Amino acid sequence: MASARPEQRSEPWKDPGATPYVRLEKVTKKFGDFVAVDDVTLNIYRGEIFCLLGGSGCGKTTLLRMMAGFETPTSGSIWIDGTDVTAMPPYERPVNMMFQSYALFPHMTVEQNVAFGLRQDKLPKREITERVTEMLKLVRMSQFAGRKPHQLSGGQRQRVALARSLVKRPKLLLLDEPLAALDKKLREHTQFELINIQETLGVTFVVVTHDQEEAMTLASRIGVMNHGEIVQVGTPTDIYEYPSSRFVADFIGSVNMFEGHLIEDEPDYVRVESAELGGVFHVGHGVSAAPNATVWVALRPEKIHISRERPEGDGDNRVAGVVAEIAYLGDQSIYLVRLAGGRLVRVTQPNIVRQGGGGRISWEEPVWLSWDSSSPVVVTQ
Amino acid sequence: MNRNRPANGQSSPFILAELMAWIRALGPYRWASVRLRGWGMTGRAAVTGVPYLWLLLFFLVPFLIVLKISISDIRLGMPPYEPLLTWLSAQVLGIKVNFANYAFLWEDALYRNAYLNSLLTAGVSTVLCLLIGYPMAYGIARSRPSWRNLLLLLVMLPFWTSFLLRVYAWIGILKNNGLINNLLLSMGVIDEPIVMLQTDFAVYLGIVYSYLPFMVLPLYTAVEKLDLSLLEAAADLGCRPVRAFFRITVPLTMTGIVAGCMLVFIPAVGEFVIPALLGGPDSLMIGRVLWEEFFNNRAWPVASAVAIAMLLLLVLPIIILQRVQGREMGAHR
Repeated sequence: MASARPEQRSEPWKDPGATPYVRLEKVTKKFGDFVAVDDVTLNIYRGEIFCLLGGSGCGKTTLLRMMAGFETPTSGSIWIDGTDVTAMPPYERPVNMMFQSYALFPHMTVEQNVAFGLRQDKLPKREITERVTEMLKLVRMSQFAGRKPHQLSGGQRQRVALARSLVKRPKLLLLDEPLAALDKKLREHTQFELINIQETLGVTFVVVTHDQEEAMTLASRIGVMNHGEIVQVGTPTDIYEYPSSRFVADFIGSVNMFEGHLIEDEPDYVRVESAELGGVFHVGHGVSAAPNATVWVALRPEKIHISRERPEGDGDNRVAGVVAEIAYLGDQSIYLVRLAGGRLVRVTQPNIVRQGGGGRISWEEPVWLSWDSSSPVVVTQ
Repeated sequence: MNRNRPANGQSSPFILAELMAWIRALGPYRWASVRLRGWGMTGRAAVTGVPYLWLLLFFLVPFLIVLKISISDIRLGMPPYEPLLTWLSAQVLGIKVNFANYAFLWEDALYRNAYLNSLLTAGVSTVLCLLIGYPMAYGIARSRPSWRNLLLLLVMLPFWTSFLLRVYAWIGILKNNGLINNLLLSMGVIDEPIVMLQTDFAVYLGIVYSYLPFMVLPLYTAVEKLDLSLLEAAADLGCRPVRAFFRITVPLTMTGIVAGCMLVFIPAVGEFVIPALLGGPDSLMIGRVLWEEFFNNRAWPVASAVAIAMLLLLVLPIIILQRVQGREMGAHR
């Protein structure tokens, strides 16, 4: 789930002096009474891979289509590279898009498809040929240059669509569910290929996806969307480890969510008593909430330790239960542990030791769950 | 079939199935079905065979009769042509073939002009239909889905009135003391009536009016199938809308364009009613010449030769157009 980036890159969004490459200002889009995009303000910086992540109908595709120019915002403005493009038609924008359906022209060969954009700019024939050849080589489709789209497989079409959208050397490339039509193996492979191409060409990517794994792998930052609003923007690590709301915590990965109330509120730690847990969370970060307010504690399944023995130390961050369900997935096992109050807690453990021998925790066995105070996250909404 | 049968209403199909099973068990039925199958007559062959039989009986046989008449000599009497086969003596059967009718068509400028004029009129009308029909089809295909059926219905609505009646109605509209002239005269726009009836203009108007639906419907089907994201992709790659129309929309709707043009051009070439009713004496079309040869001159052999020549004239473009269409089909799946 970690970012595929090999090393830490620059983080322009942390620099208040940096000018964003794409700026959305209070953008709202209504279709009749339906608000598809609701007052979105967003900065995307040069060289980023920015993922818009959300379920279907959350407005992510509409937002992308407004950047491409296929939809006009009902209100608000869109700026690309310091120019207000809100009313600019798509054929004048310095932007290219890769469509979810790929939208390859069925009556043209692969080569003609890729050359189409360059022909519109009336470039000399030789330059067109050179750039098309170069681009087809980059996506490894040179030997298919003479084929028509219907003679290609899904993965090959995807690469042609990518070549076609990159051949004009756009500064901003919009990708609408670029990998949705590919099977899992090919998708993983293509994700890394996309990142390589993005780094080679230095293009800014905005990717729309509903697949959180895809977003985690590709993105420098993720914008999580819900009901037309952007609910959280952050790096994949931020989004996963520090979700700002129950929605985000629940949407990304799986999570155990406990309702509780603050019983101790210090600048560097809080304690949350939860009836559902039947115990107390000691959380190692401060929270801005009223004392005794209702809060939720999010605890990721892989951050819980499961053992037969009672953990040492004081009474916080631990709970006893009984194993109700075990799923063996090969690389890891999922345990569903029933607490005294009846609440099921999901715990995942990597199978470090080869399974099959004796001594492993089994069904209906009483166990202790424990976690570090840095693991739980308190969210207030 | 069985799976689609509703659970509650199973009585009637059930009885039918029983009946079929009972018939199948009968000796004669089994004998007949085995025999037929032995001759290659399966149910599938029967279903495709019936239309072929129809075409054979009502198109091929009449065509051969017309062909026969076209190569015989004219005579006074009933029928007004010499028989093809005659017994010269008790044992000798003579065949008399006369190609003079075709030579006559070639030599007489009247026929050549009539053919050329027909092709020209049909060609111009087809182009006019395309120019009017394409925007119509495009508009309908891009209208709101709830409107589409209504708009399509309006295109087809004229078919509910007799074709002949509609052409006659144009006489009332176009003639010197007709609707248009009376209106313009009463408004003071013109001092004397404009002659519209019995001109080429009236013929074009009649043909375009009558055949426009045949152009619009196949075009609509083609435009409606067009994936809109292709036009978005073209715009995204820097292609302006007008250019995108010619580079993307037109090539991808070529099947509809070809089909529409065929449906207008082919019947328009042989059109008789419209030039006869709306056209002047000099708007000479081959359909009219044919009529006159048959009924006024009673020259059946020449008239048949005219008909055969027209057929040959039309077969060639049809073959070419079908080639184009076949290639297009191959390109899209």
